[in-house]
Amino acid sequence: MNRFLLPLAGFALLAIVLGVGIRHSKTKGVVVSPLIGRPAPDYVLPNLIEPAEKFDSRSMKGRWYVLNVWGTWCVECRAEHPVLVEAQRSGSLPIVGLNWKDSDEEARSWLAALGNPYVAVPVDAEGRIAIDYGVYGAPETFLVDPQGVIVHKHIGPLSAEIWQRDFVNRTTGAARTGS
Amino acid sequence: MIARAMLWVFCAAWAGAAFAIDTTQLPDPRLQARYEALTHELRCMQCQNQSIADSPVGLAADLRREVAEQLTAGRTDQQVRDYMSARYGDFILFRPRVSGRTVWLWALPGVLLAGGAIVAWRIVRRRSALAAAEPDADSGDLDT
Amino acid sequence: MLPELGHFALILALLLAGLQAFYGLAAPALGRERWLAAVIPATAGQVVMVGTAFACLVASFVRFDFSVAYVAENSNSALPLVYRIAAVWGAHEGSLLLWITLLAAWTVAVAFGVARLPPRFGARVLGVLGLVSFGFLLFTLATSNPFLRLDPPVPDGRDLNPLLQDPALAMHPPLLYTGYVGFAVAFAFAIAAMLEGRLDQTWARWTRPWTLAAWAFLTCGIALGSWWAYYELGWGGYWFWDPVENASFMPWLVGTALIHSLAVTDKRGLFKSWTLLLAIIAFSLSLLGTFLVRSGVLVSVHSFAADPARGVFILAFLVIMIGGALTLYAWRAPLLKSDAGFEFASRESFLLFNNILLVIAATTVFGGTLAPLISDTLGLGTLSVGPQYFNPTFLLPMLPLLALAAIAVHANWKRGRLPARRRSLLGTALAGLAVAFALVFGYYAGRAGLALLSLTLGVWLILSTLVDPLDRLRRGLSMPRAIVGMTLAHVAVGVFVIAVTAVETYTAERDIALAQGETAHVGGFDFRFDGVGALDGPNYDGVQGTVQVSRDGAPVITLHPQKRRYLVQQSVMTEAAIASQAGRDLFVALGEDLGAGRWSLRIQIRPLINYIWLAAALMALGGFLAASDRRYRNVRAPATAPVDTGQGSPA
Repeated sequence: MNRFLLPLAGFALLAIVLGVGIRHSKTKGVVVSPLIGRPAPDYVLPNLIEPAEKFDSRSMKGRWYVLNVWGTWCVECRAEHPVLVEAQRSGSLPIVGLNWKDSDEEARSWLAALGNPYVAVPVDAEGRIAIDYGVYGAPETFLVDPQGVIVHKHIGPLSAEIWQRDFVNRTTGAARTGS
Repeated sequence: MIARAMLWVFCAAWAGAAFAIDTTQLPDPRLQARYEALTHELRCMQCQNQSIADSPVGLAADLRREVAEQLTAGRTDQQVRDYMSARYGDFILFRPRVSGRTVWLWALPGVLLAGGAIVAWRIVRRRSALAAAEPDADSGDLDT
Repeated sequence: MLPELGHFALILALLLAGLQAFYGLAAPALGRERWLAAVIPATAGQVVMVGTAFACLVASFVRFDFSVAYVAENSNSALPLVYRIAAVWGAHEGSLLLWITLLAAWTVAVAFGVARLPPRFGARVLGVLGLVSFGFLLFTLATSNPFLRLDPPVPDGRDLNPLLQDPALAMHPPLLYTGYVGFAVAFAFAIAAMLEGRLDQTWARWTRPWTLAAWAFLTCGIALGSWWAYYELGWGGYWFWDPVENASFMPWLVGTALIHSLAVTDKRGLFKSWTLLLAIIAFSLSLLGTFLVRSGVLVSVHSFAADPARGVFILAFLVIMIGGALTLYAWRAPLLKSDAGFEFASRESFLLFNNILLVIAATTVFGGTLAPLISDTLGLGTLSVGPQYFNPTFLLPMLPLLALAAIAVHANWKRGRLPARRRSLLGTALAGLAVAFALVFGYYAGRAGLALLSLTLGVWLILSTLVDPLDRLRRGLSMPRAIVGMTLAHVAVGVFVIAVTAVETYTAERDIALAQGETAHVGGFDFRFDGVGALDGPNYDGVQGTVQVSRDGAPVITLHPQKRRYLVQQSVMTEAAIASQAGRDLFVALGEDLGAGRWSLRIQIRPLINYIWLAAALMALGGFLAASDRRYRNVRAPATAPVDTGQGSPA
C-alpha cells in the first residue's frame, strides 16, 4: 500500500469516532451506573415520616419498589414531585424517598405542602447511603426487583411517560416473563 | 478555555461557592500526602471538570470525607479507588486503571517512541549513505 | 437596522468567498488566465463584507441593542465598554464571527504577500483561503447567526459571564484564533503547491514567515489563557490538561514541528512531503479544536454549544477540507523525491528527531484527549483521562527532546561534525549540571529526582544555545533576525523548563482555616489573617479579606483576596490576591466563611511561576523576530516575479 495514503486512512477512522461522538453527545456527562444488575446496598436509616422507628431497606425485599433520591434544595425535584404523587395515587409501585443531605424540618414541610408520595422517607443527612448508590445529582431514581437487584436507574426528573415506560412497564414485563 | 469557564460558572452558581478550599488535616503527614493525591485523581461527578479536591459541591465534600476515613482506617489507595469505581464507574478515575480496555492508551507513548526510533534510524541510515556518496560541497554555517 | 445590515453583509461575504474560491482554484486549473483578474476583487469584497458584519455586531454591543438575542444573552446595561466589546466573542456565535474576521485579516496580509509570487500560485492560495472562509460563513449563517432578533426585545441583558470580564481573557480568544487561523495560510500554501505540482525550496521560504507568525500568535494565546486560569480561577494552577486546552496545545506542538521541518525544506530541499503533511495536520488540528469545543462530544465542552447539528456541520466541513487535502496529498506526495543526503550527527538528523518527538507528544495528547470518545465508540465503556495520565506520558518524549535540542544547536547542516564541538557541549552540560545541583540542594534544598534532570536540561539548553550567538557577537559578525529569534526561542524553552520544574517541585501550599488574628506559616513566610470587610464593585458586591505577610518578623506585603458576587448572574467569583516577587509568587485565595469568624484560605508560594509566561512571551517574540528576517522579504519567484515591494511579513 502507498504509505502516503496512511494519513487519509487515519483521518477516516477519526471521522468515524467523531461521528459516533456526535450521536452520543446528548447523553454526555450521564454516567451509566455500574450498580445496575447488582444487589441494592442495604441500609438502616431514620424514617422521616415515622420518627419512632428506623427504616430498614431489607423490609422491601420480595416486591418491586422504586428508590427516589430527593432534597428540598434540588430545583428539579420540585418539578418532578407531581409525577411521583400521581404515580403513588395510581398505586402501581411503592416509592421509597431517600432524603439526601437535607434538613428534616424543611423536608417535612415540603411533603406537607406538596403531598407525600413515599411509603418511607429514610434520612441520609450525611450522604453516605447516596454514595453507596453512586448518586451524583438529585433527582435520581432506581428500580429494584423483588430479589433486591437494581434493574434500572434514571438520572434527572421523571415524567409520567418515563415513569410508565421505564419503571411500571419493566415490572409487568418481568412478571410476564417470570410466570 | 472559555468552555471550561462556562461549565465552571454553572457549577459555581449551583453550589454557591467558587471553589473548594479543603482544610482537612490528617494527623500523619504521609497519610495527608496520599489523601491529597487521591482526592486530586477522583473526578467530581457533578462538576465534571474538577477533581473532588477542587470541587465546591456537597457531594465532593462527602467523597473527600469518605477518602479521609478510609485512609485513616488503613485502606490502601487502590482499595479506595476500587470503592469509588464500584459505585460511580471508571468515569470517576482521572487516572485510567490499567486494564484490557485501556491498555492501548497506556501503551501509546511507548509504542510511538519505539516506532519513532525505528523510523528515525531507517531515514538516517539511508540519508547518511547518500551523504557519503556526495562530494563535500560544504554548507557548514549555522544559519537557521 | 444594524443587525440586518450585518446579516446581509454575512450573506454577501458568503457569496464573495464562494467566488474567491471558485476563481482562485478554477482559473489556474482550467487555464483561464482572464479569470485570474477576478480573484483579488472577490477577495477584497469578501474581506470588506466580513469586516462590515463584525463592525455591526460590535456596534450592537456598544449601543446596548438588547433586541439582538446574542447581545441580550451576553451583555448588560451595567457592563463597561471594554467588556461590551470583548463580549462580542464571549460565546459561540460571536467567537465564530471573530474567527472569520481574523481569517479575513490574514487573507489581506496574504493577498499583499502573494502579489510578488507567480499569479497562478497566488490565486490558488487565495482560493483555498476563500474555501475555508466559505465553509465557516456557511456554518455561521446556517447554525449560529449572531444577528437574530428577539421578539419582543428584553429590557436588559443577562450580562457577560463574569469569568470573562477580565483583560487577559478578553484578549485570549483573538490571539488564540489569530494563531489557529494563521495555520490556514500554511495550509493554503501547501494545497497550492500540491495543485501546482511544484514544491521547491522557494516554496518553503515563502511559507516560513507565515507559519512563524501564526505559531507566535498561538503561543501568546495559549499563554494568556493559562495566565488567566492561574490568577482568576482561584486554584493556583496554570494548566489542567482539559480537553479544551489540549485542543489548542495540539496544533501548537505540530506547528512547532512544522517550523523546524520547514527550515530543513528551505535549506536542503529535504522532508518535502513530511512538511506538507505537517502543514495540513497543523491546520486540521486547529479545525478539530473548533469542532471539539463546539460540538459537545467531550465532557469538558458540553456547556459551550451542545448542539449536535453544529457538530454534524463541522464534521462534514472537516471531512471535505481535511479529507480533500489528504487525498490530494496521497496523490501528489509520492512525486516529491530528494536525493540529498545528511550524516548522522548533522542538523538535519536532529531536526528529524525533533519532528518525530514533537509529533509523538502531540499524538499522545491527542490519544488522551480523545480516549473517552474512542473508548465509547469501541464499546469499551466510559473513562476519564486527567493530568495523572498526561503529565508522565508527555514528559517521555519531551525530556529527550530537550537534550537533543541542546546538542542540535551545535550541529552543522549536512555533515556531522559534532566531535569538533565537544568542548562547548561538555562544558555547557557540566555547567548545567552544576547549576541544577546548586538549585536543588542549595537554594531550594528540597526534593531532587526528576527536578535535577529537568533543571540540568533547562540550564544546559540555555547555555548551549548562547554559545554561537555570543561567539558571533565577539567576532563582530552580523546577527540576522532569524538567528536572534531562534536563540531567543530556545533560551525561552530552557527558562520555561526551569520555571515549570521549580513550580511543580518546590511550591509550598496550604489550605487552612484561620480566625481573625491567627497566623499560618507557609514556606518561610507568615500569613496573618486580619478578617474580612464588605466589598462594593460596579456590577458586583462581596467580601474582601486582609492578610498581612511577613518574613522573620519583617512585614513583606498586605494582600486582599476577594470573593465577589456578580449581581446579574448571581455567581460567586474568587479573586485571589497575588504578590509577585522576584523569584516567587505569594498567592492567597479566600474560601468560605466557616462560622465564628473563621475563614478557609488557600495559601501558596509558587517559585518562578511568572517565568512560565515570561518564557512564552520570549518564545513568541523569537517567532516574530524570525518571521521578520530579511531573508524572507527578499524572496522572489524564479523568473517572472514582479518587483519586491518590501512587504510580506505579517506582523
